[in-house]
Amino acid sequence: MESFLFTPKKSPFLKQTQGVYLKLASTSCISLALILAASVRGGAEPVDFNRDIQPLFNKHCAECHGGVKQRGDLNLTSRTLALAGGKSGEPLLMSGRPEESELFLRLTHQDSDLRMPPKSPLDKREITLIQNWIKQGAHWPEHWAYLPLLKTSPPEVQRQDWPVNEIDHFILHRIEKENLTPSSPAKPGTLLRRLCLDITGLPPTVEELQSFLNAWQTDPEIALNSEVDRLLASPHFGERWGRHWLDQARYADSDGYEKDNPRPNAWLWRDWVIRSINEDMPFDQFTIEQLAGDLLEDADPSQHLATGFHRQTLRNTEGGTDQEEDRVKRVIDRVATTTRTWLGLTLECAQCHDHPYDPLTQADFYRIYAFFNESDEGEVQVSLDTGKTLKAPVMTGHGKRKTYLFHRGDFLQPETEKGAIPPGGISSLHPLKSPADNPSRMDLAKWLISRDNPLMARVTTNTIWLHLFGNGLVPSPENFGSQGQSPSHPELLSWLADFFITKGWSRKELIRKIVTSQTYRQSSRHRLEYAGSDPDNRLLHRQNRKRVEAEIIRDLHLSVAGLLNTETGGESQFPPIPADVAAQSFANNFKWNVSKGSNRYRRGMYTFFKRTAPAPNLMTFDCPDSNISITQRNVSNTPLMALTTLQNIVFHEASQALARRIEENPALTNNQQRLEHLFKLTLSRIPEPKELDIALGLLKENLSHYLDHPDQTLELCGESKPSLAAWTATVRIITNLDEFITCP
Amino acid sequence: MISPEEFYLRTRRDFLATSASGLGGLALAHMLGSDARAAESALTHFAPRAKRCIFLFMAGAPSQLDLFDYKPKLNELDGKKMDPLILEKMRFAFLKKESATLMGSKRAFSQHGQAGMWFSDLLPHLASCADDLCMIKSMHTTQFNHHPGQLMMQCGEPHFGLPSIGSWLTYGLGSENENLPGYVVLLAGRGSSGGATLYQSGFLPSSFAGVRFRNGDEPVLNLRNPDGISPEVQRRGLDALRKLNGIAHDAIRDPEIESRIAAYELAFRMQSAAPELADLSGESEQTIEAYGLNRDDPATGGRGKGSSRTWSTFARNCLLARRLAERGVRFVNLIHASWDQHSNLDSELEFNAGMSDQPVAALITDLKERGLLDETLVVWGGEFGRTPLGENRPGRKPNTGRDHHPNAFTMFMAGGGVKPGFSYGETDDIGWEPAHNPVHVNDFHATLLHLFGINHLKLTHRHGGADKRLTSLTRESKVIHDLLS
Repeated sequence: MESFLFTPKKSPFLKQTQGVYLKLASTSCISLALILAASVRGGAEPVDFNRDIQPLFNKHCAECHGGVKQRGDLNLTSRTLALAGGKSGEPLLMSGRPEESELFLRLTHQDSDLRMPPKSPLDKREITLIQNWIKQGAHWPEHWAYLPLLKTSPPEVQRQDWPVNEIDHFILHRIEKENLTPSSPAKPGTLLRRLCLDITGLPPTVEELQSFLNAWQTDPEIALNSEVDRLLASPHFGERWGRHWLDQARYADSDGYEKDNPRPNAWLWRDWVIRSINEDMPFDQFTIEQLAGDLLEDADPSQHLATGFHRQTLRNTEGGTDQEEDRVKRVIDRVATTTRTWLGLTLECAQCHDHPYDPLTQADFYRIYAFFNESDEGEVQVSLDTGKTLKAPVMTGHGKRKTYLFHRGDFLQPETEKGAIPPGGISSLHPLKSPADNPSRMDLAKWLISRDNPLMARVTTNTIWLHLFGNGLVPSPENFGSQGQSPSHPELLSWLADFFITKGWSRKELIRKIVTSQTYRQSSRHRLEYAGSDPDNRLLHRQNRKRVEAEIIRDLHLSVAGLLNTETGGESQFPPIPADVAAQSFANNFKWNVSKGSNRYRRGMYTFFKRTAPAPNLMTFDCPDSNISITQRNVSNTPLMALTTLQNIVFHEASQALARRIEENPALTNNQQRLEHLFKLTLSRIPEPKELDIALGLLKENLSHYLDHPDQTLELCGESKPSLAAWTATVRIITNLDEFITCP
Repeated sequence: MISPEEFYLRTRRDFLATSASGLGGLALAHMLGSDARAAESALTHFAPRAKRCIFLFMAGAPSQLDLFDYKPKLNELDGKKMDPLILEKMRFAFLKKESATLMGSKRAFSQHGQAGMWFSDLLPHLASCADDLCMIKSMHTTQFNHHPGQLMMQCGEPHFGLPSIGSWLTYGLGSENENLPGYVVLLAGRGSSGGATLYQSGFLPSSFAGVRFRNGDEPVLNLRNPDGISPEVQRRGLDALRKLNGIAHDAIRDPEIESRIAAYELAFRMQSAAPELADLSGESEQTIEAYGLNRDDPATGGRGKGSSRTWSTFARNCLLARRLAERGVRFVNLIHASWDQHSNLDSELEFNAGMSDQPVAALITDLKERGLLDETLVVWGGEFGRTPLGENRPGRKPNTGRDHHPNAFTMFMAGGGVKPGFSYGETDDIGWEPAHNPVHVNDFHATLLHLFGINHLKLTHRHGGADKRLTSLTRESKVIHDLLS
């Protein structure tokens, strides 16, 4: 019995039939579990494979015994593959007996020719970990992300009065286990601001703030729930959450590469996204329409339009480009983007060889590749409300081309002698079933949304969570593979994924559940006492503060100034950008004609995105360059940002308008009232006394300065009004506060 | 309330982690232990030879055969056909293989310096610097279109979303100047194929992106106060801002607020440091003359010059590059885009070489005279080379230009620990491909990082499931030790 883990001789049988291969693996899984109960011994700390051992394999072994190379026929990317290989025939792992396990023996071999890894042996701590792992039964579970979604029920907690919903049980349970306490709830004004920025990306107005505070007085739960209802029903919800999706779809208004020709109708697809999210299109349907809307029976133009998701790829029209090479690049990008977005897998790493760390083969890559390779690019006529019709880029067709594995990923070296690779799923995941011989993109979409696929729900739920907490439960949202990070709360992630599915893949229901939780409502104040025990707040003992995204920075400034044009959708706009950026184009093939009137003040997400010359006001604040799919944006904090919001023309115009809004408001009769109003407008709260002192002091000094400098007064506000100039110089400081651009 | 000095000390480590454009890199921050999320990379420990790099990127691909790589045999074979077996494997952008013939160079070549380095008559000033140059004649790349080739040269792979060389260096080493960004980009002429993708930070935070310095009175975007905001009003406002942010920090204790305070203070310092940098009034007439700042563009050539003052803009950029190097800026990328001579090679190359020759020679000499060359690596080159065949595109006059050629091209370096007066690698008799010591673009990158004391395998950043680096993960790149002094 103890030798169940011996390494079988390499069997051609195992390589031939996938089905048998998998069956063998699952049989051994059961025996492994049986053994485990009996085999944990020794006083050492329990070793966790995913936490302790897999990283050692990836770091020290994968280079030679991974997907790329299998020296000695050994592949350590999964338990199944590891136990199937091994040229020597010695047992790789003997449960409970490191000294009889080839893996351990080779790590500690006296003979440096036989010791692994050849160049730099593992250190003592690492060897002990592996020794203890084998002693404790060499438990090698399947990677957590591929395991089926299990129904989990919220755990018991001690502090019964804290949880509001199931999420809180999971979070509090962990917090209590680690002997921490959750944070107190954020103040109602802070909570409102957080909700508004997270759900719509626009700040609450002074009136909305007042009415929320009034309702809170009567009944906080009702106030919160109705506010969430209001925000989820706002057309701006689709803009905010649509923009997150556009990041993943690498949306832009131009081709990219040298010529970077404009795509004047790209916005039609962008509006499809906003509309679908506002209508709360179920995520499974959202998936089907974007990957294969054209293949739906009686597909309507909107469903054709949806496939524009995969027309966001770059296109190289540089003279002399090999068009087939460029087409192949686009197909590869579609594979990478689809698997990253829907599965959290880095399948693109398997283009030239099997994946170095995950059980993804090169053939898997080309099976998924085949779905997109056999489709064409086309156009659909879209009728606008105005009666105008426009052509939008879409995907079309099925079965157009055969796919061959490319030797080392090089499209000039198709391995035709090995025969065409039909479209299909990833072999280590659930099987892709198709009624037809030759599966289509529709089958791919159905494979993704299948109940047998645990990844899509996990990945999507995690992404939604990260937009509400700043970090995912899995902190590597684009990588659920073995090189990614494990979830902080695996049961919660499963529960949320199941909830998402049960609620018909409704984004709005999932967001509602999360934002009404006590966990979400916590204060974001840092707690120094937990700096050691939970430094990155992975246990969520508090909420996280998040700097708002590039587009929202501008939206906030324009919004409090009363300048923002809140119209949704339509053609992309051209707000002023520096002349030399505007002039960056290939042989003058494009002109940045600044939008007129209030179109200059549309939301930041409508700014025309030219890939080789993107608007600096966006890029300075970490807006992705739209050349590849992004799930989580970087957040940096640089002097160029400070210069932008202090000096850039649009931000300055906003300060001028905001000053007028304060200074010329007849309802405000003194400076204290004006400042209090300014704080409510910009920060959704009234100032503390010491803040009021500082602001009043600044205003007073500014006023005396502008009384002495009529020329500067005129320059700053366009009229000889020192008080207005003083307010302009003051409000720009308030809108440059860290708090103003931070979701609290 | 915290004083400016106090907050500076308190926040330095956090600031290093998030705002490294001005200060230390993320990798450095990690070594100080300030940020667990920061790079897993750390510098390795060769003694660095270079502290900063000026990369003169001649995008479009200069013709090595008409500038550096002298091939008398090619001249002999002018008008002859190539071996079809060799041609068969080759991919071209425009050229028609069937009727293509070899095209000799019309330039006169001569040898210079102690090593007898070859230069064509288009580069008299550079030829006089031969004893300072380290020439690589056997460069080769995998790409034959501009944008992918430029990404390959600047980012290490022909893909989007990757950090550029300057991003990696500032990520790894930060900047030595606390008042200026660590990575500066200067453009002359029309835009390059790659545009801003050549100096974006890819998957690294935007603090490691190149900051474009502009001509005119606002060298950095948004540097100037809005009309009516005097320096006094600005300073007073920033004082209030610091106090208010300080109150928020006392209440919320988020270190990000301290980083923000520091970023505003650096912004303020940059408001005076950047114009000071761009102000050339302190430069001697001799210097201005040496760089050729007052030269007008010649009447002919310069098809893609973009503005009418490409020569003087380029010369000014070279002088600015020296001033940036003097101030400890880590990486200066000076981009000029119009070396793509498919036709009119004679006049267009003459225009470009004339633009580049004198100012680049002046830059090298100037750095040397100021004792800066030892620690400043100067690099000159494009994304690939040009073919020994004459271009024969249908509908155009044949053999007035050369198509793209990834197999072989020339780059040169100076200073920063490279062997001076040294020529490395050779191409075959017609300059088709390296005959000795080929240098892949990634080998060049590995060598460049080595000069900075960095092991290219160890300056990494975890992204998309892999520890990415400047050199390709799928190729074993090597440092060319022969290039090091």
